[in-house]
Amino acid sequence: MAGFIELAYLVAASLFILGLKRLAAPATARQGNLLSAVGMLIAIVATLFDQQILSFQWIVVGGVIGSALGLWIARTVKMTAMPQMVGILNGLGGGASQLVAAAVWHRLMQPGAILPLDTAVSIYASTLIGGVTLSGSIVAAGKLQEIIPGRPVLFRFQHVLNLILLLAGASMGTYLLISPGHPGVFITMNLIALIVGVLVVIPIGGADMPVVICLLNSYSGLAAATTGFVISNHGLIISGALVGASGIILTQIMCRAMNRSFTNVLFGGFGAVSKVALAGGTAGPSGKSAQEISAEDVSILLAYARSVIIAPGYGLAVAQAQHQVRELDELLEKRGVEVKYAIHPVAGRMPGHMNVLLAEANVPYPKLLDMEQINSQFERTDVALVVGANDVVNPAARNNPNSPIYGMPILDVDNARHIIFLKRSMNPGFAGIDNELFYNEKTFMLFGDARDSLIKLVNEVKTA
Amino acid sequence: MSEGLVILLVIFVLAMFVGFEVIAKVPNTLHTPLMSGSNAISGITIIGAMIVAGMGTTTLATILGVIAVAFAMINVVGGYVVTDRMLQMFKTKPEAKR
Repeated sequence: MAGFIELAYLVAASLFILGLKRLAAPATARQGNLLSAVGMLIAIVATLFDQQILSFQWIVVGGVIGSALGLWIARTVKMTAMPQMVGILNGLGGGASQLVAAAVWHRLMQPGAILPLDTAVSIYASTLIGGVTLSGSIVAAGKLQEIIPGRPVLFRFQHVLNLILLLAGASMGTYLLISPGHPGVFITMNLIALIVGVLVVIPIGGADMPVVICLLNSYSGLAAATTGFVISNHGLIISGALVGASGIILTQIMCRAMNRSFTNVLFGGFGAVSKVALAGGTAGPSGKSAQEISAEDVSILLAYARSVIIAPGYGLAVAQAQHQVRELDELLEKRGVEVKYAIHPVAGRMPGHMNVLLAEANVPYPKLLDMEQINSQFERTDVALVVGANDVVNPAARNNPNSPIYGMPILDVDNARHIIFLKRSMNPGFAGIDNELFYNEKTFMLFGDARDSLIKLVNEVKTA
Repeated sequence: MSEGLVILLVIFVLAMFVGFEVIAKVPNTLHTPLMSGSNAISGITIIGAMIVAGMGTTTLATILGVIAVAFAMINVVGGYVVTDRMLQMFKTKPEAKR
C-alpha cells in the first residue's frame, strides 16, 4: 500500500510538471491548470489510504471549511486585487507548513521520545520558512490593500535585530536538541519566525511589492518542500521545489525589470533605495513647460494615424479604465488604425498583472506585446498613448546616471512620432522622479482622470 | 546526516532544476496565472496536514492538523479556481458584445 501511495505521488508530481509546461502558451494554459488540479486530487485521494491516518472526520471538517473559503475568495476577488489574493494564498501555504511542523514536533515530544537530528533540523526549517511566509505575506497583502502604510517603515539596527532574532532561534533549536521537551521554547521559536517575517517585509515600499510577492511565492514552495523533509515525503519535496523555482525565476525577472539586484531583495535593502529616489525627486528640469492638448485634438491624431501603441500603467487599473481603452482600440481598428499594447514587466502590481486586467476587459492577448518585442516598433509608430504610466517610460533611466531609476529597462515611447500622456496632473510618479519626456516637443499632455479622458476620446473618435 | 536525508536532498535539488527549465519558458503574459497556479501546487502541504490531522495521537496535534488542512485547502481550491477564472479570459479574438 505504501508503494502504491508513493507511485500516486509520482503521478501527481508528473502532472504538476506537465501542467506547468502547458502554461507556456495561452492556448493550452487552461488545460495545463486542469492537469495540475487533477494531480492534486490524485495526491489527496492517495493520502486518504495512508495507514498512519486513523480517523477521517477532522480531515473532512478542515477540508470542507478550506474548500468553501477558497472557492468563495476565488470567485469573488476582483482582478485588480489579484496580488493581495496571491499574497494571502502564499501565506496560508506557509502557515500550513508551520502548523504541520508544530504538530509533528508535539507528537514526537511525547515522554521518552528522542528527536532525530535530521527531523529536528527539518522541523526548524519548516517552522522558520513557513512562519516567515505567513506573516510576511499578511504584511505584503496589507500594504497592497493599503490597510498598512505602503511607505517603507524603517528604524535603526533593523538588520541587526533580524540577525539577533535568527541567532536566538537557532540557539533555542540547539538547546531543544540537547534537552528535549520545553514546549515554551518551541513556541518562542515559532513566534520569532513570525516576527522575522514582519520585519523582513515592513521596510519595503508599496511599489516594490511585486518583487516581494514573487519572493514569498518562492518561500511558500520551499515551505512545502521542508514539510516534505519533516514527514519524508517525496511528492511534497518535488512539488515544493517546483514552486520554489518558479518564485525565484519570477523574482529575478522582476528584479531585472526594476533594476535591482537579487541580494538587495533578499536582505530587504529596498528602504535605502527608496530614500535615494525621494532625494532625487527635486532634480527635474525646472523652468520648462509641457504642452497641453484637448481631447478633440488627440482624437484627430489617433483617428488619422496608421499605427498606435498604448502603454498602460497601473494608473489605468486604478481609474478602472480598461474597458474604455478596449472601446477606443476597437473604434480605431474599425478605422483601419493598427493598435497594439506595450506591456512593461512592472506595469501592474505583480508580474503579468496588466495582461490579466486587459484580458478581463476583453482585449485579445496577441495585441499585448512585451517590452523586448515592441521597443523596436516605436520608431514606426505614429502615436504612443501613455495611460497612467510614468517611470516605465522615463528616458532618464537610459541617459541620466544620477537618476534613481538609471539602468531600469523602459519602453522607448520617445521614439514614436507623437507621444500623448493621459495624466491626472503634472505630479511625478510614485518614485517622485520628474520625467523629461513631458517637456519633449513631440509630447502632449491630456490632463484629467484616465477614465474620463478615455470616454471623451471615444466620443470624439466616433465623430471624427 | 543520514542516507535518507541525502536522498531527499537529491530529489529536492533535481526538482528545482526541472522547475527552472519548465518555468523559464512561460511568457510574461501568463505570469500572474503562473503564480496563482504554482501557488495552488504549493498547497501540496495538504498531504502532511491530512496525515497529522488524521493520526489522532494528541488532541493538540489534531487541532493544529485540522487548521493546517483548512489553510492548505484554501490555498489549493482558491489557487486552482482563480487561475482557471483568469485563463478563460485570455482569448485571441474579441468576444461579441455582451
